[in-house]
Amino acid sequence: MAVIRDPMPAFELFQPTSVADAQALLDRYGAGAWVLAGGLDSFDWLKDRIKRPAALVDLGGVAELKGIRERDGGLEIGAMTTLTEVVHHPIVRERYSILLEAAESAASPQIRNQGTIGGNVSQDTRCWYYRAGWPCYRAGGNICYADTPESINREHAILQADRCVAVSPSDTAPALIALDAQMVIRTSDGDERVVPAQDYFVGPAIDITRMTVLQPGDLLTTIRIPATWAGARFYFEKVRDRQVWDFALVSVASAMVVKGEDNGAIIERIRLVVNGVAARPLRLEAVEALVQGRPRNESTAVIASNRAIEGAQPLRFNAYKLPLMKNLVKRAIRGVEGGTWTS
Amino acid sequence: MSLSRRTFIKGVIAGGAVASSSAYLFRGGGSLLGQTSAPGSVERLITLVVNGQQRRVDALRQETLAMTLRYKLGLTGTKLGCDRAECGACTVLIDDVPHYACSVLTHSVRGRQVRTIEGLASPTGELHPIQRAVVDEQGFQCAFCLPGFVMAATGFLKTNPNPTREELAHGISGNLCRCQDYDKILTALMRGAEYMRGA
Repeated sequence: MAVIRDPMPAFELFQPTSVADAQALLDRYGAGAWVLAGGLDSFDWLKDRIKRPAALVDLGGVAELKGIRERDGGLEIGAMTTLTEVVHHPIVRERYSILLEAAESAASPQIRNQGTIGGNVSQDTRCWYYRAGWPCYRAGGNICYADTPESINREHAILQADRCVAVSPSDTAPALIALDAQMVIRTSDGDERVVPAQDYFVGPAIDITRMTVLQPGDLLTTIRIPATWAGARFYFEKVRDRQVWDFALVSVASAMVVKGEDNGAIIERIRLVVNGVAARPLRLEAVEALVQGRPRNESTAVIASNRAIEGAQPLRFNAYKLPLMKNLVKRAIRGVEGGTWTS
Repeated sequence: MSLSRRTFIKGVIAGGAVASSSAYLFRGGGSLLGQTSAPGSVERLITLVVNGQQRRVDALRQETLAMTLRYKLGLTGTKLGCDRAECGACTVLIDDVPHYACSVLTHSVRGRQVRTIEGLASPTGELHPIQRAVVDEQGFQCAFCLPGFVMAATGFLKTNPNPTREELAHGISGNLCRCQDYDKILTALMRGAEYMRGA
């Protein structure tokens, strides 16, 4: 679509300094309210005139949502902490390097300087039919424009599609699920709700208009990372068209604890997650169960990769995602020389 | 009489700023009515700190920093390429950290230090080491992307003053050059890093 260069249409702007004030504003404006974190997802919607909120509630001034703290041997990351802060944090670097790699693979340096981890996991899908304002299922209509014989759907889903074939764009999400992170949500009535990262994201079968469990008025306040997987053997890889800006075509994240060395190593515990293949990041629990107790080698990797794509249904232009996902799962199990993404 | 394009554009901008501030004075807050009591509501007339100077500006709530810098403050060195956080031409430093000015609300930089390409040289007109290096190496072709690259590099070098060529390339990977002049740009900015360490 044509790029509009005029200022965005007018909205009311609020810059509260506490979660309570922010939620009072969300309550007051109801469906007309829009939560602004880093703004990198939001401004596209507003500049393109696809979403026209009455009021923006900018969380940039809410100090209680920022920063990284140690907690119960793990970490507690405020939702408004920037991706750059996550990347540079010494404990993330030392014990949870998978999160560092995932966060550093997102977008571009300037976007990581401003984009927040809460925004990264809560951003909307990139399906361009939906983002261009077409009245699709996800926008409340009754058709999917990405799943017709003529649709351009190279980036879309191969698994768990249900009317909508959009995929989750978040880079940090698979790493957080691999780390068994807990998402702390302040609900609109002031209660605190803690949801495991793998249940934070919802597919179209559960709610076709939302990417996460957040209901209107809810705010993601904190992401807790337990000590469980600290210092585990991690693998993260994101495959994309360009090394900057682009969202993942497919990404994979695994956290693994092995017994023994090199060729004789046995997989004791593992969490394995892929993204870019479904409307939410998928934890591959069946594959995890399959490889637990097996040697960490090529044949286990092959078994895992075959199991991983069971049930996959490619669209017209995205069948390449099947071998791509298989190969990434293989790498996530048996590793690859120099295969991790470094900056 | 010679009138440069830049002077002409700035003259037009100054005229517009007068017109828009008179609207503010005489018509009143308009959309502020009935909103003033809510916590977190913002005033339109705000003070920014740009290149070390306090600037009073009448900013719309939906105004981006790039718009304010270019069309209210006349700082046209900050370029608008895509206006979608996808090219880097509008990169400025906010509290020494590179940001896309097209994707920052002007209201969210109150109380923070904004630095644009115009604020890099010393008050006496002496070029910043990175600017000198760009001149010495002739690092750019059309140079529309230059201010964004220079600001991104300035911000990156504050966190890593002695980068390898690869590290610097990663540091300025959020900027595009339509002339595809990346190799010379990197050479110039590496030279700039060298000048900065020597300074």
